[in-house]
Amino acid sequence: MDNIAGRKSHLTWAVNISVILMVLIWLIPTIGLLVSSFRDREQISETGWWLAPLPVEMTFRVRTSPEGAAQQNGLWVLEGNVFATPDMEEQLGDDDAELTRFGTRGVNPTEFAAGETAELRGGGTLTVNSDGSWRAESEEEFGPRGPTIYFAAEVPPQFTLTNYETVLTADGMDRAFINTLTVTVPATIIPILIAAFAAYALAWMEFPGRGLLIAAVVGLLVVPLQLALVPLLSLHTSVGIGQSFLGIWLAHTGFGLPLAIYLLRNYMVGLPRDIIESAKVDGATDFQVFTRIVLPLSFPALASFAIFQFLWTWNDLLVAKVFLPSDADSQVMTVKIADDLLGSRGGDWGILATAAFVSIAVPLLVFFTMQRYLVRGLLAGSVK
Amino acid sequence: MSPVLQGAATILIGVFGCIGYFYASNIILDRVLFPARGPKAGRNINRANQVRPWLFLFPAIFALGLYLVYPVVGSFYRSLFDRAGDDFIGLGNYIDLINEPTFRTAVFNNFLWILVVPAGSTFFGLAAAQLTDRLRWGNIAKSLIFMPMAISFVGASLIWKFVYANNADIGLINAAREALFGAEPLDVLQIPFWNNFFLMFILIWIQTGFAMVILSAALRGIPEETIEAAIIDGANPFQVFFRIKVPQIMGTIVVVWTTITILVLKVFDIVYTMTGGNFGTQILPSYMMGYMFRDNGRATAVAFVIMVIVLPVMVWNIVQARREQR
Repeated sequence: MDNIAGRKSHLTWAVNISVILMVLIWLIPTIGLLVSSFRDREQISETGWWLAPLPVEMTFRVRTSPEGAAQQNGLWVLEGNVFATPDMEEQLGDDDAELTRFGTRGVNPTEFAAGETAELRGGGTLTVNSDGSWRAESEEEFGPRGPTIYFAAEVPPQFTLTNYETVLTADGMDRAFINTLTVTVPATIIPILIAAFAAYALAWMEFPGRGLLIAAVVGLLVVPLQLALVPLLSLHTSVGIGQSFLGIWLAHTGFGLPLAIYLLRNYMVGLPRDIIESAKVDGATDFQVFTRIVLPLSFPALASFAIFQFLWTWNDLLVAKVFLPSDADSQVMTVKIADDLLGSRGGDWGILATAAFVSIAVPLLVFFTMQRYLVRGLLAGSVK
Repeated sequence: MSPVLQGAATILIGVFGCIGYFYASNIILDRVLFPARGPKAGRNINRANQVRPWLFLFPAIFALGLYLVYPVVGSFYRSLFDRAGDDFIGLGNYIDLINEPTFRTAVFNNFLWILVVPAGSTFFGLAAAQLTDRLRWGNIAKSLIFMPMAISFVGASLIWKFVYANNADIGLINAAREALFGAEPLDVLQIPFWNNFFLMFILIWIQTGFAMVILSAALRGIPEETIEAAIIDGANPFQVFFRIKVPQIMGTIVVVWTTITILVLKVFDIVYTMTGGNFGTQILPSYMMGYMFRDNGRATAVAFVIMVIVLPVMVWNIVQARREQR
């Protein structure tokens, strides 16, 4: 097939460029989330994440105090540095900022360029230099408050872990993370066991109604989850499980089974007949054939279903919303983000980005390390 | 007991319970019920082998029956009762639904989703599969396009909030609009009708990788001779693709298409997190969540409508599976 495009270099170029474009569209939004999660929250609202490595021009306001005013040559003089206030020091850390413009009124905080002299409203003048130092002069004594200085400064880009600290400590994502893990692990392991036995029976045992059962499994693959919510929740409530972790484990087990049986059966049916039959001739029972031969040989299929089920339960919002109580003690991360953070932290982009990234980090890790099995499972499940 | 310990205990109980069940039931079958000894040994072995499949299948059939078959019946039954669940009102819930404008919007939007998302995902997936096929860095490209598969719908929605945000300093779309046209920021999720497509694109973004992986395998499975013959006959790359390759993988394309169609009918997360169903973006799954916990009669009625929409796909799937088995 190489010779088709190989001869036509312009076509190869077109192919390369379109793939690059597509990869960019597919990748950029996620990168944006990742970059935003490390940015200072003030900077997020000032410039887009794509400008993150560049200095950010931000406007500030500093109230000065008239203390320390001294009389020089008949003028009252007040001096200071706008960057030396506790607030600004906290914002800037060890970085140097450069003041570009300043102003004396909130309506026009960037009226004057650095180094210019501005008239103060209460009388007198104010000069602010680019290093932040300022000097106010007045013929009369300063009032109870010194002049308020508005200024814009080029602040160097700041990357912090503050968002992660906030999300993981103050916002309860740590608890939600553990809850998600608690839901996911049993909900992944238990269906595999049940499905493996069923798949073996459907693949290698002869009994009446086998074809019908396989068809039923295929049919159940597509039953919308929504149907199950109301009847099962009332069933759980009536047998005393109610909304609980046990309930959600059972629910995920039930909902994951059709795919598990389908995938595993498709795989097991393709195992070589000779091995299984010779084992049976040698006197192995079905149970032995299953545990000693079929199960070890089916490892790739088991792994790919495990990845599917893991991703599905980790990422699930619907089942968690219905089968788990909605209090903070049992919220999983998806519910936490969708119901809690989006409401209360709706405008706090740094926190949202961080929470989202915390919730997708584990699936991404699983994805990139186990991609091979995932692809194999997809292929076994869809094309024969 | 903390949920973590509880989880660990459940794993142990679940795993050993399952293994214990299968092991013990086999032993009982072979040693107690139908021992392979004595005068009836031969008949007993046969009988045991007739029963054994059902031992293997029992937990699965039980769970499937309880968690997937019973709900279909149970939901329909429940949907015939009123909100409190005491009074039988026949099709009252369905009639109320049809008279409600939001429901009609949701059905309309749902059909839009069913049309657009599978088509878009399959199209992009096929394009990606074909284009990356011969590239040296094709596998990396595939891996990156496939990546959104691992991301939750909630996470994906947040990711795209950073693209759609109504603020030129956060949203990429508004930043581009400002940079190119100097336009004022606008909330793309509030543009009537078209906002649906912005939401759909999120799901297309997630599902393209799935389509790509499967179609890419199908493309590789095409016999080389057919392509070589076409090239010798003077077909250009486009003709080779559309006339030779696509027809040969049509079956796989249909499978991908239906799989994504089914998925579309399950996904409520995107609409729920992005717009909450406002601004005319309601779809049935998220519309149903609005009634969940408030009016179970209505909620089950909506769920059953979804089931009715899925039904043709389900029948088709079963027919296909039966045909493959023969």
